[in-house]
Amino acid sequence: MDASVSAKTTANTFETDARAIVTAQYVRTAGTNDVVAGVQPGFVVEPGSEQELAKVLKLANAAGLAVIPRGGGTKLEWGNRPARADVILSTARLHRVIEHAWADLTVSVEAGCTIGKLQEALAKHGQRLALDALWPEHATVGGVLSTNDSGALRLRFGSLRDLVIGVTLALADGTLASSGGRVVKNVAGYDLPKLATGALGTLGVITRAFFRLHPLPQETRTISCAMKDTQEAQRLVLAIQNSKLAHSALQMRSGAEIRPRVDVLFEGTEAGLTAQMEQLKLMINAEPVAGYGRRVWSARQEICSADNNGAGEFAVAKFATLPALIAGTVDTIARLAAAELRWSVVAQATGIGWVRLEGKGQVVESVLRELRAELERDGGSLVIAHRPAGMAELDAWGNVGDALALMSAVKRRFDPGRTLNPGRFVGEI
Amino acid sequence: MESRIFDELRGIVGRRGLITSRGELHTYECDGLTNFRVLPRAVLLPDSTEQVQKIVRVCHRERIPFVARGSGTGLSGGALPVENGVVISLTRMKRILEVDFANARVVVEPGVINLDVTGRVAPQEYFYAPDPSSQSICSIGGNVAENSGGAHCLKYGFTTTHVLGLEVVLADGSLVHLGGKTLDAPGYDLMGVFVGSEGTLGIATKIILRVVKRPECARTLLAAFPSTNEAGAAVSDTIAAGMLPAAIEMMDNLAIQAAEAAVHANYPNCGALLLVELDGPVAEVAALMAHVDEICRKNGAWEIRIAQSDAERALVWKGRKAAFAAMGRISPNYIVQDGVIPRTELPNVMREIGRLSREAGLRVANVFHAGDGNLHPLVLFDRRIPGQEETAELLSSRILELCIAAGGSITGEHGVGEDKKKMMSKMYSEPDLETMQRVRCAFDPLQLSNPSKIFPTPRLCGEKPGEYVAHPLEAAGIAERF
Repeated sequence: MDASVSAKTTANTFETDARAIVTAQYVRTAGTNDVVAGVQPGFVVEPGSEQELAKVLKLANAAGLAVIPRGGGTKLEWGNRPARADVILSTARLHRVIEHAWADLTVSVEAGCTIGKLQEALAKHGQRLALDALWPEHATVGGVLSTNDSGALRLRFGSLRDLVIGVTLALADGTLASSGGRVVKNVAGYDLPKLATGALGTLGVITRAFFRLHPLPQETRTISCAMKDTQEAQRLVLAIQNSKLAHSALQMRSGAEIRPRVDVLFEGTEAGLTAQMEQLKLMINAEPVAGYGRRVWSARQEICSADNNGAGEFAVAKFATLPALIAGTVDTIARLAAAELRWSVVAQATGIGWVRLEGKGQVVESVLRELRAELERDGGSLVIAHRPAGMAELDAWGNVGDALALMSAVKRRFDPGRTLNPGRFVGEI
Repeated sequence: MESRIFDELRGIVGRRGLITSRGELHTYECDGLTNFRVLPRAVLLPDSTEQVQKIVRVCHRERIPFVARGSGTGLSGGALPVENGVVISLTRMKRILEVDFANARVVVEPGVINLDVTGRVAPQEYFYAPDPSSQSICSIGGNVAENSGGAHCLKYGFTTTHVLGLEVVLADGSLVHLGGKTLDAPGYDLMGVFVGSEGTLGIATKIILRVVKRPECARTLLAAFPSTNEAGAAVSDTIAAGMLPAAIEMMDNLAIQAAEAAVHANYPNCGALLLVELDGPVAEVAALMAHVDEICRKNGAWEIRIAQSDAERALVWKGRKAAFAAMGRISPNYIVQDGVIPRTELPNVMREIGRLSREAGLRVANVFHAGDGNLHPLVLFDRRIPGQEETAELLSSRILELCIAAGGSITGEHGVGEDKKKMMSKMYSEPDLETMQRVRCAFDPLQLSNPSKIFPTPRLCGEKPGEYVAHPLEAAGIAERF
């Protein structure tokens, strides 16, 4: 039997067996909409429970088929192109908010629930998951966790690693394993929720999660200041960080066509906010406060979205640098992009930032390479989230350092057959 | 252990860095949980990462299990030596290597004392947030191993929230760097798994910490309630009102009596005492404090005091921080328990603890981090009375079972260690535990680093580390690996 016939038999058997698990209507042949970073998968399977999901995963694993877990599909192009992609394992039907224990400030939710739907449920009791994720109407709990997405609120509330308190994972061999739980404080056993966060689905498929919650703020205020240059913006960011203000978010924006701006978000009581706004105004010796409004906090999503200005080719990358080196990074981007690329940046006071480059693929690639080299020299990193069609293959992750062998060892223990998202993560894990 | 091994180890750490005499070894036979004792074969006191690596390489080659130890204040037997193993004490590695205020980072060696980090950054008005009650003696390395909490983790998070990077000596002596000074290093969050792994994944030799700016003000409210039920209701109402205090602590009458006897904190004699600390901008704290005050009165608080000055705050906290040790004033012996429950289960769990306490004929004092549902019941007993210690231990485990049944955890901050590993299978299923041990096998396939802790039934790691498992399609010659 030649190889292609054998592969076809494997696929047919999988399809039949998968139908037996989730019923026929939830197994379909993948179409062009299901392409993952240029790779066409064979099937889309939508299990109706985490047990079904684990069984399908086990089945694919035994058949040697590569599995791409998928939530809302908003960040499916993050990471490297998959080495293989046979089955899309969708969490679309796992969309329930299981329990909002509002008096305990916790929630358990299925992985396929969108962030928008979750926030809506939580808001009924005046609470929220303190995370401003990208595209909340479509992005799911599982996808947001797997990509470790976080926005401006991270400065005050931490990232997902600080908000997730429990997960259930389906492993490649069909094991369903839970760790952590419904209480905020818990040190029993290893912290697997953190291991799964940001693992891009390469260790297991997240099927449900527990989060700690925060109250919705009584009042919010945004101050946005236009600055003379990036150095002045940097000084203000560090001054605010070094002050006793209790701001919830603080970011610097800049771009080829806009002067640097610094945005500050306050949340709290009316009395507290008024007092803090006065203190902040004393610190701003540049132009007066330019504007108020929540729109400035969608800057990250604008940078990441395809329909931004109806642009053609563009790249998006996430960078991490030290808080004191934000201006230096923005200046580097401006210098490298020069006249050839349009660029825009938003950087949070945590040192995490997002850059968008528009222009020819080749130029974008060389700028990203140089920017990565500069960031890594100071201990930072650059991770590519979107690349233009004309851009050459450039590893999405960059230098991982001396822990790569250990990461590979973890991968081998969880997914020895490289069933889950093969080739997509660091070191082509 | 053969004498050639002792010679080799002595060559690494010097004569004064190796302890083998029985008398001196007794110092290391237990940690803060003294009912488990094992004498190690030797104790090593390295003073550099290189020395730790060399020691661990010898252990790896000779298959000698090792246990890392900081100040030895742990309460779960996590630093308990293992039979025929060595203890690697990190107390000599106590340098603060770097302080970077612009980025709010501090780099320390594992033996640095928790409070010394705050001491170092206090002049610039920063502090290191995790504050276990033992903070004046416990080490950062130990805090990392246990993911230590403290009273203020309700608002500020745990050790894991404040550790940004680690240099780790793995069980084969190799060195890896996890995380770093910048956030979101590409790759798995192995740092997140390492923190709280109780020394079972290797030895942290360098730790990058985040320090936090001191808030503009902090105010502590002390309220006296008739019982823990009313105090618990006040806690729930405070949270429901959308407030996140820096700390909410509760003590029941027995705990208050003990604290009074020990440190004269001048607490009112009441059924339950609530401490609520708010911090932040002055105007914000003033507005919220008025609200908390109102909530407490509405729930039956008959005395409320608000500490304004640092001196007054210190006095209020003194009794709470001394609560464990204070038990010695009212009971010859006691067991410190550490369970977690969803906060809303507090009245039910308290009632059940009361019932179990009466049935066992033993007193239980209660001290809680009430904001996050972390209970510290203290089971009081007298070892001199035959059978009472066993009864106390049974009662103590029953209380943990209550926590599990309420949907909580067997430990909020003290760790599993030796003490609670049997309870792990009551909290987690077999596949859950097996999955955690996959991590253990990836880090330490020979299981030399603090073996026999955390897991009730250690799992053999099976295939050789790093062994490549051919993919079925690959084995069939169909696909190639890219």
